Amino acid sequence: MSPVLVAQLAITLVVFVALLSAAAGMVYVERKVAASLQQRIGPYLVGPKGLLQPLADVIKLMFKEELRPSAADALLFTLAPVISATAAFAAFAVVPFGASTTFFGLLDEPVRLQVSDVNVGILVVFAIASMGVYGIVLAGWSSNSKYSLLGGLRSSAQMISYELSYGLALAAVLLIGNSLSLTEIVDAQAGTWLGFIPKWYLLLQPVGFAIFMVAGIAETNRAPFDFPEAEQELVAGYHTEYSSMRFAMFFLAEYINMVTVSAVAADLYLGGWHGPLIPASFGWIWFLLKVGAILFFYVWMRWTLPRYRYDQLMRFGWKVLLPLAVLNLLATGAGVLFFEG
Amino acid sequence: MIPFYVFASLAVVASLLVIAQRNPIYSVLLLIASFGALSGLYVLLDGYFIAVVQIIIYAGAIMVLFLFVVMLLNAPHEDTDYDERTHPLRRRGAMRFGAVLAVALAVELVWALGRSSGSSSFARAPAPTVAAIGRSLFNEYSFSFEVTSILILVAMVGAVVLARRDSPASGGAAKDR
Repeated sequence: MSPVLVAQLAITLVVFVALLSAAAGMVYVERKVAASLQQRIGPYLVGPKGLLQPLADVIKLMFKEELRPSAADALLFTLAPVISATAAFAAFAVVPFGASTTFFGLLDEPVRLQVSDVNVGILVVFAIASMGVYGIVLAGWSSNSKYSLLGGLRSSAQMISYELSYGLALAAVLLIGNSLSLTEIVDAQAGTWLGFIPKWYLLLQPVGFAIFMVAGIAETNRAPFDFPEAEQELVAGYHTEYSSMRFAMFFLAEYINMVTVSAVAADLYLGGWHGPLIPASFGWIWFLLKVGAILFFYVWMRWTLPRYRYDQLMRFGWKVLLPLAVLNLLATGAGVLFFEG
Repeated sequence: MIPFYVFASLAVVASLLVIAQRNPIYSVLLLIASFGALSGLYVLLDGYFIAVVQIIIYAGAIMVLFLFVVMLLNAPHEDTDYDERTHPLRRRGAMRFGAVLAVALAVELVWALGRSSGSSSFARAPAPTVAAIGRSLFNEYSFSFEVTSILILVAMVGAVVLARRDSPASGGAAKDR
């Protein structure tokens, strides 16, 4: 095997393990941040400062009994969490997280720090995200329970509604970056204006960034848009009937989706791995910091805002967010024509 | 060549199973699988953009709506009220019509396959980039593009009108409820 191939495989493995541990880490962070926002201590018994709590949770989940309602559709009931988890992992494959590197001269030619470089990267993220809906819909249907079905239907309606604004916010970035490749868009954000303002698209697309973040929260089914699992109405929504590792797969998918949306946001709006002070070969440190900041924002939102009502969510999505996204796209197009055309 | 046969056979088998299914939910899922296989074929032809658009529009958007409708109609199995033993052409009118159409399609397929020359290799077209597709869409085909978008708008307005429940007499007051 050529050294480049080995490096590619190593990167793939690193991304896989990193996503798994990011999901575990997020569970811990989520519980700690939630605790501090609610003036509690949070997990503190398992390991130093409760750091081993996610591990304990995983072990507990593994030893739980796998339950399946007798009237459930056996094949789809098993398949649904697999679809969710696979889509979550696959979406990250095209997200770049660092500049091309030779690993300090180990390789003859530089490799990109990303699993797969596709020239339509953004669209691939979008396509795979839209496939993730199926896991939730099928889980809801195959459980043969009304709570699950309603949760699944709500979730898919929500995802379809917010996907439009999400896509239009992305399109505005594509207009400015003039490319569909995530790597090229990140590299277009290198450097500074006037010597100290970073050339982030956040500053060119403040409205787009806001739309992207709101739609991203809705896409990942997080509070304040966590209707699919609104406890008071739907018990646990689409995963009401799931237990043990099948439940864990949905849980994993939710957290990995969150990481992916944050990573895409960091690449598109916050300049990815470009930043001052840190040398280019360690740019991934900047990337991790930016993703971490967005993830913290997500957790912060979840424990600060109460859940919307379902009709409020739909009205907001269709009557506020979508027109705003269209206007943003129009304004961006006009701006690009004016300054570059 | 092997990836081509894998995707092609996947597409054909999945499409056949779509009509061989009694459970409409499985039919929808198999159709999605078939679209996925088609998208794989586009990737093999270097048409990354078409491949991704195939997934986003067909597998991601349209089929979700299909699944929605099938789930809400709650039709778990097709009715099989006819006698399985009678010959297809002797069944009721709709069936007879369907059988005639199927025969016609089969004849057309055989004719089309017989028409193609023996060589199985095709000249490789230059990989269409997104920019090239966009340019030809908005220059050469701009008229048909605009007409299509108006057609879709009309269909959308029609769907909204059909879905409206309140009668004109009740006025706008009922709209917000």
